[in-house]
Amino acid sequence: MLRATLKSLLARKVRLVLSGLAVLLGVMFVSGSFVLTDAIGRSFDNMFSSALAETDVLVTAKPAIEVSEMEGEPVPGLLTAADLRRVQEIAPSAIGEISVDGARVIGSDGKVVTTYGPPRMGGNWTGEVGGLRLHEGVAPQKADEIVVNAALAKKAGIKVGDQVGVLTTKPKQTFKLVGIFGYEGGLDSRGPVDEVRFTDAVAQELMLGAEGYTSITVNSDKSPAALRDELKAGLGDRYVVQTGEEAAAAMANSFKAVLDVMNKILLGFAGVALFVGTFLILNTFSIIVAQRTKELALARALGAGRGQMIGSVLVEAVVIGLVASVLGLAAGVGVGALLAAYFANFTSLQLAGIAVPAAAVISAFTVGIVITVIAALLPAVRASRVPPVAALQEVATPDRPLTKLTAAGAIVTAAGGGAIAYGLRQQSLWFLMGGVLAAFVGVALLSPFVARPAVAMLGRLFSWSVPGKLGRLNSGRNPRRTAITAAALMVGIALVTGVNTIMTSAERSMRGDVAATFKADLVISGQESPGVQPTFDPVLLPRMQQVSGVDSVVATYADQIAVNGKPAYAQVQTDLPTVARLVSATTVAGTIAQPGPGEVVVDDNRGHALGDTVTVRSAKGTEKTYRVIGIFADTNLFGGYQFGADAIEGMRGGQPTFAYVDLADSADPAAARTALEGLLADSPEMRVQNQKEYIDNQTGEVAQFLLMVQVLLGLAMLIAVLGVVNTLALSVLERTREIGLLRAIGLGRMATMRMITVEAVVITVFGALLGLAVGVGLGSAVVEGLADEGLKELVLPWQQMGLYLGVGAVVGVLAAILPAIRAARTNVLGAIAYE
Amino acid sequence: MSAAARAVDVWKVYGSGEAQVIALRGVNLEVERGKFTAIMGPSGSGKSTLMHCLAGLDSVTRGEVAVGDTRVTGLSDAGLTRLRREKVGFIFQQFNLLPTLTAEENITLPLAISGRKPDKAWYDTVIQTVGLGDRLGHRPSQLSGGQQQRVACARALVSRPEVIFADEPTGNLDSRSGADILGFLRRSVSEFGQTIVMVTHDANAASYADRVIFLADGRIVDEIENPTAEAVLDKIKSLDTLAVSEDRVEVAE
Ligand SMILES: Nc1ncnc2c1ncn2[C@@H]1O[C@H](COP(=O)(O)OP(=O)(O)OP(=O)(O)O)[C@@H](O)[C@H]1O
Ligand SMILES: [Mg+2]
Repeated sequence: MLRATLKSLLARKVRLVLSGLAVLLGVMFVSGSFVLTDAIGRSFDNMFSSALAETDVLVTAKPAIEVSEMEGEPVPGLLTAADLRRVQEIAPSAIGEISVDGARVIGSDGKVVTTYGPPRMGGNWTGEVGGLRLHEGVAPQKADEIVVNAALAKKAGIKVGDQVGVLTTKPKQTFKLVGIFGYEGGLDSRGPVDEVRFTDAVAQELMLGAEGYTSITVNSDKSPAALRDELKAGLGDRYVVQTGEEAAAAMANSFKAVLDVMNKILLGFAGVALFVGTFLILNTFSIIVAQRTKELALARALGAGRGQMIGSVLVEAVVIGLVASVLGLAAGVGVGALLAAYFANFTSLQLAGIAVPAAAVISAFTVGIVITVIAALLPAVRASRVPPVAALQEVATPDRPLTKLTAAGAIVTAAGGGAIAYGLRQQSLWFLMGGVLAAFVGVALLSPFVARPAVAMLGRLFSWSVPGKLGRLNSGRNPRRTAITAAALMVGIALVTGVNTIMTSAERSMRGDVAATFKADLVISGQESPGVQPTFDPVLLPRMQQVSGVDSVVATYADQIAVNGKPAYAQVQTDLPTVARLVSATTVAGTIAQPGPGEVVVDDNRGHALGDTVTVRSAKGTEKTYRVIGIFADTNLFGGYQFGADAIEGMRGGQPTFAYVDLADSADPAAARTALEGLLADSPEMRVQNQKEYIDNQTGEVAQFLLMVQVLLGLAMLIAVLGVVNTLALSVLERTREIGLLRAIGLGRMATMRMITVEAVVITVFGALLGLAVGVGLGSAVVEGLADEGLKELVLPWQQMGLYLGVGAVVGVLAAILPAIRAARTNVLGAIAYE
Repeated sequence: MSAAARAVDVWKVYGSGEAQVIALRGVNLEVERGKFTAIMGPSGSGKSTLMHCLAGLDSVTRGEVAVGDTRVTGLSDAGLTRLRREKVGFIFQQFNLLPTLTAEENITLPLAISGRKPDKAWYDTVIQTVGLGDRLGHRPSQLSGGQQQRVACARALVSRPEVIFADEPTGNLDSRSGADILGFLRRSVSEFGQTIVMVTHDANAASYADRVIFLADGRIVDEIENPTAEAVLDKIKSLDTLAVSEDRVEVAE
């Protein structure tokens, strides 16, 4: 039996390749993401340990504000000059270091040099320690002198002796570049990080806004562990004391969290790809079993048992899964290596070399084989049910009733819907995802029932020509096959449509709110830039106020705080009542007056009552209590803790990051805007925007996210295309005789190709429509579920939906190319003389 | 007036070297217009091959084939497609019909493919002759084998091709259904002047023809005009003994 199975496997190479390809792609994605994250992870490990290689012990303070992984970066604790002295008493060689994200150099072209994500560190020059080496020039000695790392100097196009503008927590200040440094081993940069180093005092003022350090580096002739223990005992528990190795491991570890998220996202998409691939394999095996009915029945007639029949199909599945896993793993390693190299090149990271982590191998084989076997199980059972008499009968098109399937589909869909509703109510991601998965399976089960009428209707569009009509009839021929093929496409399109529906609705709700309540004519805000809050100089405020046409300008200061131990954001408005008017805030309790010292106004979502006292820990680590004097209603536009001017000194930058500008009715907005922009010349990252621009900008991220989702789901589409190719190729093969007959009675080659293309397009458009329907269903369920979170309106993304439908049609045309060529090449004689 | 189809010194060789098979060895044949020609011969004698070559379904190794005024040899695929569309009709032994189309749609399919409208009067005549009136809306799976072959005949006739080629059209039918089909083919020749070339194994079927060509070993070895079943059987017998004696000669050598 085994040999017979393997023989018949080899005899169907094309099918093998096509169905294996789906598994291969999924496995490639899975193992590729493991290889990629492993390589990047180890590279960063190396980077951190080389950065700390010359450090025996590193002393830092416990974070000022602890933040969970999901909420972003914790606010690092500061070490004071007194702390440094205490450490120096134990180890005289201790050096206080400052290193904080957010020092942006203005390049020779006048533009801010960007890293697209990785930090732009600002700190103090502590000499050639910790692997730093001056490549040229001298160390900074005066307040207006800086050194930068060589890669940054090259990127910015600046050289020793140049005057260089640097943005920090303060607006632009100009420095003289006196030196360029690199790192041990002749490197120009350490990973993707840009570095600017000032004198101690300037670094403290510009990067910390306080006299202190972010870390203390200690070297001595004792063993690092002994030194660490001694420091630990001498300093107490406000400090974190680690050996260089421990600190490197800790840094690498916190970075691992980021990689982990990346890996999860990639694996999520791999999951979608595999889910879609499952449909493809299921379909292939169903077709193979259907085509082999005679062969199987003959085997049964010759005495093969049911178990053997199931076994024979499953052995095929295992072989396909195994081969696809091996190839997928190899391809995954290749793709992972390629992406890692690209990433390293893009971020100037020293790549640690590619390895194949065990996780990649294990997941590749588990996923590849398990998925294939699961997908083949159903067809295998069907194969075992082939009665021996089928060997003697003419093979009729299997037209079994769809009642059972439809009932099962309805139940699974309903269960999925229930799980989605429950997941939304309980905020449980697992229920939500499980529900979505079940809904997909349910709809896939229902789709054969819908396929016949839907295909008949769709096909009418093409029925004006004979090939079109034949194609339509062919696609309606086997509703199960059509439905499963279409289901693969459905999944991808449903996901993008769903996400799009949610995003569009969210955007519309937001815009609706803003249009109704936002009264500021202009806003001044910083360009989105990770890790950095652009600021402007508050001395500009009175001058802004004097710009002709400006009624009022209210500046906002903001930074992280912890309120009663919970992380939050603090805001200080220079004029809270005016802001309250501009954002149409409604008072819930007390008054929304400008808070005095020790007073705070807060929105109604934070669980505070009027007169409550709250303990606030600032980003600089100082603690103070405040009394709630007013509560207003939380909106999409305005919320959080509003303090008085006394809270500014606890903020790291101490400079405004945002401003509302209200113009007089008679004002010329364009002129006012130009004047304001002129005043902001030293803060090139601050922009003056009108309401619409501001909102567009806020929603711009949504658009980017959508784009990314669409690109990644392109993979699902690719697999769906494979599915359509597979189905068509098999159908063409199955209908060789028919096609030969058609050719014999005068159907031309082009017409034959058109017939196959119509068949494909009908299938894919059906899949796309199904996907749109399911996607809108899922999207509106989520929108409904999030009504309390401010999603007030369901808005369908008609334009994108049209686009996806178009994509569906194009996918059909593309998928049809090869099968159509094959059909057109059908040897008429060979086809009719067959058998 | 030219012949409806013509083969001039046609050779057909399959494969090469060891596996070489010469299916046709210099066949010369003129298919007369408005006549019913039958081709007979033992299995493997090249009947189907000859028919396929005549119909432009297969290329010849040497020699020339023409249908009507159209030289088939050397036509491009597009040319061959046009030839099949306009000048040739086919009836195969089985699998003649598209399962997705009704009988009526199958019949008008060649016209639909070439974008022609059926001539209503002719269509009605054909339908009446094959006697399918109440079955036109059925799909092939709902028709008996004999009915399916009648649909195939109607399809071949309805576009009034220059020649209809039929390869054992009754091979899969019982004698009654077979007789129906043969009678119908005969009538379309006699009454409507259709030209038909039919390959058959059956002496009785051959007796419906105007002329029977005998093939053996890729050569035309004999022919009879206006045959009866007995005459055909006699001829087959005499050819058989000839072949056997030839075998003996070979063995003797
Ligand atoms: N495609 C092919 N390749 C190789 N040899 C072929 C091919 N088609 C036919 N032949 C050979 O050519 C010869 C003639 O075949 P053909 O099918 O014409 O015979 P036939 O007279 O129609 O036989 P039958 O009565 O069995 O249908 C045979 O020897 C056959 O084996
Ligand atoms: Mg034959």
